[in-house]
Amino acid sequence: MVAIAEGAPPAAGDRSLLARRATWGLVALALLTSWASLATGAAGVSLTDALARTLSGEGLTLQERIVIFEIRLPRLITGLLVGAALAVSGAVMQGLFRNPLADPGLVGVGAGAGLGAVSAIVLGGVLPPAIAAATGIYTVPVAAFLGGWAATMVLYRVSTRAGQTSVATMLLAGIALGALAGAATGLLVYVANDQQLRDLTFWGLGSLAGAAWPKLAVAAPIMLAAMAGTLWLARGLNGLALGEAAAAHMGVPVQRMKNLAILSVAAATGAAVAVSGGIGFVGIVVPHLLRLATGPDHRRLLPNAALLGASLLVGADMLSRTVIAPAELPIGIITALLGAPVFLWILLRRRGVLDL
Amino acid sequence: MTIRPTGLAAAFALLCLQLGAAAAERVVAVGGSVTETVFALGAGDRLVARDTTSTWPPDAEALPDVGYVRRLSPEGVLSVAPDLILAEEGAGPPETVDLLAAAEIPFVTIPDATDAEGVARKVEAVGAALGLDDRAAALAAAIRADMRAIRERSEDIGEPARVLFLLSAEGGRLMASGSGTAAESMIRLAGGENAVTGFEGYKPLTDEAVLAAAPDVVLMMEGRAGHGGAGVLSHPALAATPAGRDGRLVEMDGLYLLGFGPRTAEAVADLHAALYPNES
Repeated sequence: MVAIAEGAPPAAGDRSLLARRATWGLVALALLTSWASLATGAAGVSLTDALARTLSGEGLTLQERIVIFEIRLPRLITGLLVGAALAVSGAVMQGLFRNPLADPGLVGVGAGAGLGAVSAIVLGGVLPPAIAAATGIYTVPVAAFLGGWAATMVLYRVSTRAGQTSVATMLLAGIALGALAGAATGLLVYVANDQQLRDLTFWGLGSLAGAAWPKLAVAAPIMLAAMAGTLWLARGLNGLALGEAAAAHMGVPVQRMKNLAILSVAAATGAAVAVSGGIGFVGIVVPHLLRLATGPDHRRLLPNAALLGASLLVGADMLSRTVIAPAELPIGIITALLGAPVFLWILLRRRGVLDL
Repeated sequence: MTIRPTGLAAAFALLCLQLGAAAAERVVAVGGSVTETVFALGAGDRLVARDTTSTWPPDAEALPDVGYVRRLSPEGVLSVAPDLILAEEGAGPPETVDLLAAAEIPFVTIPDATDAEGVARKVEAVGAALGLDDRAAALAAAIRADMRAIRERSEDIGEPARVLFLLSAEGGRLMASGSGTAAESMIRLAGGENAVTGFEGYKPLTDEAVLAAAPDVVLMMEGRAGHGGAGVLSHPALAATPAGRDGRLVEMDGLYLLGFGPRTAEAVADLHAALYPNES
């Protein structure tokens, strides 16, 4: 027995080594897509050329500086953070709810943020000019974040009794809350004028075009802190895979974990949706892809999901900026267009293994 | 190259201002009516790009498209190396406008208008931005004269025609123009009366409201009526109105009818003629 245990190669199905190697591969992928994203764009500013000239002290023209430092760089960082935040949030939700269909939308963030954004777009025009001037480009993102946060808090209160949060209640209450937010959104859509309707449509399709340093300065710390928070969840989520009771017996502080998970997902997704609008499918496709390829261990899954989500969104944004240049295709169209077929293909190939 | 590029660009911008922007040779036009006006002033060859809503004249469609008027892509606009951006009111988003300002590209906003005087002013504003004040003054004067002529003809009509403007009639659901819309302005300018005034903007109309509106004429954008227009008038509620009984459906191109560009006077005259075919 002892001899076998010591000398044994990793048991079949142990993919921890693979998962660790995948991390390095994904780091390389993220770096590669980041470079490519900085180097491509409608304006055709060459990054290597710009770098060479900066180093030789020749300096860049104003337009080159604007394109690289005010357009592409904040956009790249926004893309990395939003992609990572959505993918990590998706992985956490699927682990917490032990449900492969779970995504960040389940805690009500999506519906709440949508309602917040729609309210800001439709009712923004009737704000007193003083307030409108003070909030400016932040009106919609702030309203989206507050809406997402408020919806999560309501859902959390509804599903928590005597200090215990029931994930089943949360799931059902989430559907009810979603319907309610949908109705309120519908009412606002009804009173909206043509221009506002166009704005709503574009917001729902998502875009990183609004990326700018001041917005990033507010949203980035929220997303980073929330993602850092999820690192403490990995072990607990592994235990939770066996069921709540089993996890509790293993010494996992189940309720504390749920609190942290819900808070960080609400913060990360809320901030991501606030700066980029509705970007679908990253939170579902990325974690599933990684689980199938490198196993369900959350200690590797969460960082890997962050890296793959970041690369995917930056890549999708690159496409969104270039396919119909000088115009832009909303990024939500691209993530769904790429994500959905890949997801279906995985389902077809691994039908037996996945067993939904 | 020891001069800081910002200084150079600022000096250039100043120069542009002093020359009344006559130097602008790479212009991006944003908004259908603005683009049309640039072409009407004979300056179409100075355009290097346009937005998605600029679909007239046909030459405009050959230009690169920098996106929807309220969703302009900053890098897309910079990629065509413009020295002037002429944008209709409401162009954006603000983030893009801020970046273009930071890149020191002159950005001129053309005031929006849905009345006769406003259309003429729009032409003058575009002319001023392009340094074509004389041509713009002539075109604006012609527009003012044409509009006045139609107004005088309309005054002679006793009972104005009740016009129902339908944005769409998809699946038998009628989206009608209430008050405060571009469509209502056009109906008034052409000497008609908007048949539906109970709400603002474009809203779906119930069958009973259609009957109560009792339109003499149904007005739609070309291509929205379906089946050569016969489809709309066979709608059960519409068929019972005077417009349905007499089969009076007027279809006009969307940008021509509602764009409030330099062709507005012509469009108003066309609509007037369609509303009052028996007028001598």
